[in-house]
Amino acid sequence: MPGKIEKDSVTGTETTGHEWDGIRELNTPLPKWWVYVWIASIVWGIGYMLVYPSVPYGPGYFHGLLGYSSRSHVAHEVAEVDAKRDIYMKKIAAQPFSAIEKNPQLMQVAETAGAITFAENCQPCHGQGGEGRLGYPALAAGAWIWGGTLPAIRQTITYGIRSGDPQARDSQMPPFGKSGMLNAGQIQQVASFVWSKFYGHPTKGEDIAPGAKIFAANCAVCHGPQGQGNPAFGAPRLASHVHLYGDFRASIVRQVTDPRMGVMPNWNKRLDPATIKAVAIYVHDLGGGQ
Amino acid sequence: MSRVHERRVQLEKDLGGDHLYASRVRVYSKAVKGKMRRIKWAVLAFCLTVYYLLPWLRWDRGPGRPTQAVLLDVASRRYYFFGLEFWPQDIYLLTGTLIVAAVALFLVTSLFGRVWCGYACPQTVWTDLFMWFEREIEGDRNERMKRDAGPLGFDKLWRKTAKHAVWLFTAFWTGGAWIMYFADAPTITREFWTGTAPVAAYFFIGLFTFTTYALAGWGREQVCTYMCPWPRFQSAMLDEQSLTTTYQAWRGEPRARGKRDPGARPAGDCVDCAACYSACPMGIDIRDGIQLECINCGLCIDACDHVMAITGRPKGLIAWDTLADQKAKQEGRSLAFRWLRPRTMIYFGALAIAGTVMLVALLLRAPIAMDAEHDRAPLFVPLPDGGLRNGYTLNLTNRTQRAAPFVLTVRGLPGAVLADGTAPQERHTALTLPVVADSIADFRVLVITPPNAPHAARWPITFVLRDPATGDETTYAAAFFGPAAAAGGGR
Repeated sequence: MPGKIEKDSVTGTETTGHEWDGIRELNTPLPKWWVYVWIASIVWGIGYMLVYPSVPYGPGYFHGLLGYSSRSHVAHEVAEVDAKRDIYMKKIAAQPFSAIEKNPQLMQVAETAGAITFAENCQPCHGQGGEGRLGYPALAAGAWIWGGTLPAIRQTITYGIRSGDPQARDSQMPPFGKSGMLNAGQIQQVASFVWSKFYGHPTKGEDIAPGAKIFAANCAVCHGPQGQGNPAFGAPRLASHVHLYGDFRASIVRQVTDPRMGVMPNWNKRLDPATIKAVAIYVHDLGGGQ
Repeated sequence: MSRVHERRVQLEKDLGGDHLYASRVRVYSKAVKGKMRRIKWAVLAFCLTVYYLLPWLRWDRGPGRPTQAVLLDVASRRYYFFGLEFWPQDIYLLTGTLIVAAVALFLVTSLFGRVWCGYACPQTVWTDLFMWFEREIEGDRNERMKRDAGPLGFDKLWRKTAKHAVWLFTAFWTGGAWIMYFADAPTITREFWTGTAPVAAYFFIGLFTFTTYALAGWGREQVCTYMCPWPRFQSAMLDEQSLTTTYQAWRGEPRARGKRDPGARPAGDCVDCAACYSACPMGIDIRDGIQLECINCGLCIDACDHVMAITGRPKGLIAWDTLADQKAKQEGRSLAFRWLRPRTMIYFGALAIAGTVMLVALLLRAPIAMDAEHDRAPLFVPLPDGGLRNGYTLNLTNRTQRAAPFVLTVRGLPGAVLADGTAPQERHTALTLPVVADSIADFRVLVITPPNAPHAARWPITFVLRDPATGDETTYAAAFFGPAAAAGGGR
């Protein structure tokens, strides 16, 4: 502190006594109440450190007198939300689809729960919006293999397809080529027929009559005389523009010779019945539901 | 002793005692009478009347609607201002209003200095009101100074207690009026006194009671000088042509007390009577020239005019004047006040443009609005029959006070039909999407093309939304996506 008060001759204000290269600093002090607020903030800070987690030491940290922890706070809030959600999920589990569909609130919960569950579990194969991909059915298109009603979708999700679950949906496409039931020529003939008649790609100057005959004798029993398919056996609809293995003639030949048959896991081991119902509602409302 | 001198003495005392910080010098402003004081009372009465009574004004908006003329309904996100209703989407109108207010403040400041601070700022209005209570209870300047310097006795005790009680009551009333802007006034009043009001109501009444009491009772000029940013940059709006409260140094100096004897040393009109700085609510001496602390309230003008009348000199030793005119007067000339200067014209131009834009924006607010968001994935869905489907989430706004049976159609895509996302099997050429009164609703809408329809990777389409009841219509330019190759092509 300056021993003697020195005044600046121009302004008449006291200086602090500090001088740099002949420039002296004027003393224009802060108001006192400002300092008191600052001190009060420090006192508040000490109190805050006492009641809330603050000082770390070696293996742990001081937990504070209130014992607050952001982790348990989150856990508590999650539990609260779970309890709230549970009210609706119980209703979804208990009510039939027809009743849920009439309740906008339950539908909203189901759609949301379904969307989240779908994104976590179904999206890797069926695509983000259920658009499907080669070998994985398109759910949004309405080209259902095992049926697109709400109960049918729930059945498929719950027990899966060829999943090993006792109640799984199961069917076999016979390996017509590999087992020798049809020879290579016959397979080409039936492929030409399906490609032209059902896939909608007219073949030039090719006689599809022999293929039609082979189809009627071997395929129509499951796929239908008009190629309309049969959801009861999971026989895909052939008269369509959406095909499980793509819009390729080679795929038809491959499926007749040595068929690929996909597997869908049974989700009853991983998801509870209410969540499965929610996913069924979400999938149904992607745009292809029946 | 002048105020400035008092402060100097205080500073020296503080520094001598090794204090790093300055004590506050209490301001004991003296009551004055005069024109400026009357104007200040009138503005104060007007502002406080509007503030306290406006929430009680009723406005009929029809059944089931709020009946309060001015109401900021946070819970349902609506702001009612007489016949107008604002949505959160109208935030740009608030932004615009703030811009208009700021430019208007710049304009007024460049013309008349800090009159906002001196007359209309809430800090000034409530401080003035609290000072009036103080004078009524504790007496005027000299009496208050004497009592404060004296020991604590019964007289001092009851007067101080009464003053703080009146302050707290006024502060409480102020906080109470504040929350009435956010809830129906009669309802919240009843709820408040029966203890059933929301916790937030009690909290905010408490908060505003405290801030009013602390800022108007205790903070006062400290708020204006140290807390408010406005005085720090108001000098950017002022120039030598702005009207400010000015001490006419050319005729006042040299100041001297006592009678003006013909034979004595020549003296100016200022008799150094202390009337000007005794009246100042900011505790400054206007004779030091234009300064940061001055709020341009003009109370020193009234105080000085009174003294000039007694001494028989012309009024206006302290007067509204410009710095340029001061200089001219010193040279024996006089300048007229210049309303039109580049600075004021720029501010006025900006004000006119901003005001017009805001008015047009307000008048052209549409009662119907639509936004469409295309599905992220998949962009398109090929259908078993060979057609294509795109999904959209439509966000429809109905700002009218009745249910709107909106009808949606799509243009630009030959043969396209629409379907409600919840019933995709039912196809429509025009889709009815009802939205209840005064609300926004989301719909998932599917657009479906017939088999083998022409399409492109990106096909521009237009959604048309119509309110058949009013004929209002709005459109949204969207896109319909498909595979790059033509549909149905062979491979």
